Amino acid sequence: MELSTRVVTVMRGDHAALSQVSVALQPGELVAICGPNGAGKSTLLSALSGLEMPELGAVFLGKELLQTIAPRERAMQIGYLPQTGEIAWDMAVARLVALGRLPQGDSERPNGLAAIDNALATCDLTAFVERPVSSLSGGERARVLLARVLAGEPLWLLADEPLAALDLAHQLRLLRVLRGVADEGRGVVLVLHDLALAMNHTDRVIVLDNGQVAADGKPDHALSSKVLADVWGVDARWIGEPGQRALTIRR
Amino acid sequence: MRLVPGLLVAIAVALVASLFAGRVWLDPAAMPNAYVILAELRLPRSVLALVIGAGLGAAGAGMQGYLRNPLADPGLFGIAPGAAFGGVLALSSGGGNFGSLTVPLGALMGAGAAMGLLSLLAGRTAGVTLFTLAGLMISSLAGALTSLVITLASNAFALAGMMNWLIGALTDRSWQDVAIAAPLALVGVGLLFGAGRALDALTLGEEAARSLGIDPQALRWLMIMGVALTVGSGVAVAGVIGFVGLMVPHLVRPFTDRAPSSLILPSALAGALLVLLADIFCRVLPLVNELKLGIALNLLGAPFFLHLLLKMRRGNSPWS
Repeated sequence: MELSTRVVTVMRGDHAALSQVSVALQPGELVAICGPNGAGKSTLLSALSGLEMPELGAVFLGKELLQTIAPRERAMQIGYLPQTGEIAWDMAVARLVALGRLPQGDSERPNGLAAIDNALATCDLTAFVERPVSSLSGGERARVLLARVLAGEPLWLLADEPLAALDLAHQLRLLRVLRGVADEGRGVVLVLHDLALAMNHTDRVIVLDNGQVAADGKPDHALSSKVLADVWGVDARWIGEPGQRALTIRR
Repeated sequence: MRLVPGLLVAIAVALVASLFAGRVWLDPAAMPNAYVILAELRLPRSVLALVIGAGLGAAGAGMQGYLRNPLADPGLFGIAPGAAFGGVLALSSGGGNFGSLTVPLGALMGAGAAMGLLSLLAGRTAGVTLFTLAGLMISSLAGALTSLVITLASNAFALAGMMNWLIGALTDRSWQDVAIAAPLALVGVGLLFGAGRALDALTLGEEAARSLGIDPQALRWLMIMGVALTVGSGVAVAGVIGFVGLMVPHLVRPFTDRAPSSLILPSALAGALLVLLADIFCRVLPLVNELKLGIALNLLGAPFFLHLLLKMRRGNSPWS
């Protein structure tokens, strides 16, 4: 089921955080949303997740208007991982991951338990189930929060900067999980700051600038030197083999 | 969960003990009028302690879950100060006679007014932070108005009556008070219990909770109604009783999985037990004037709060 926006405009006071953004996303793709600070990346992600009501335009899940879908139904289709990484209470890992089954309300029944176990295994957390989250490292906590979303088995997984606070090894580990999710035929949409990760690990990149789509396509097209110059104002180019590209910036 | 049956047993034991405890230690066999004292004085007082404690405990657990803060207290919404203002206003207009409904009704109306003001101020889209600030504003407004009414008291008797009522006590309460408070408090506990799932989702923050299908407005209404009914009904019949809502969830949390929903029912039971025990303590303490329940709980609560703060300063999170 396609997730798409049609000429979506979101206002923040007098200023348009998104202005007439139209994108259509397919399940099975790993998509990155990139752009400078304040370009509207997080706003687009929350519009896609149905948390943000656009002033103009509309967001569709398949042929249905996202706003008209009951919140609980929507929650079963679209999983959203916010940037904050907040965990207010010191629960055990398994209990926290079980929160992902709240829309289904079956965290104590066979279906839900199987989904929770599956999510724990996918995120390599089986050894941690009884541990309180306060005893985990930042990287482990990020995996727990991702497992929480995966436990809901959503068709769409939207994550805001899921890799930001992680070291290189944990970034790659989480990306591998996300790639696996996309390969299962689910849609994965990430806000990413690290352009090299977007270049090397995603199927498609949407570049936002000033609330508008500046580029949209395969990573080497959407993150070309021209786009980097136009949007970020840097004179940079990619070096290295496909899949292992690195960015060099000329001063 | 073995916590709930354990608390129920403890409550049963304390309830029986509370019937014997008082200024006069009752030996039913030796006293001709024992039945009247038990049925008309001690039993309603004990039942009222349970009802009020249950409401405060559940409200505290709900508030801490809603504000995602272990230091939150039902008083933060401004509902208890609002109810206190309503009660004092009713007293000042001469409604303090024994058995009169004026004071409880005044307190309930005060709680309702605080509730209405709160939802008005917080608006339709406000987040939890603005909501809390609105509650604090109402608290201080109601506090100032209460002081104003007290300073305008016409004579020393009225003044003493208001001060006395504000402190909070269960002395000489009747079945009529139980009939006022119990239904409201139980409905309130039920509403807070119903908010449990949404409070669990809030563990992950407001955005994540919404993405899990939680309606923030519906949750806010549940919280306002739940806290207003539990806290308002308590103030209406017993005056202001503090610290129970803050303390009880902390005592209970280590015995649960720490999810807000797992805390509400045990906190209600533990709150009931705590207030009943504190009231028994007040009754048997050999003082010339009975120690007031509100004072006893504050004397217990303040050091507890200090302990909590010290624990936090040592770097241990108040989670544990």
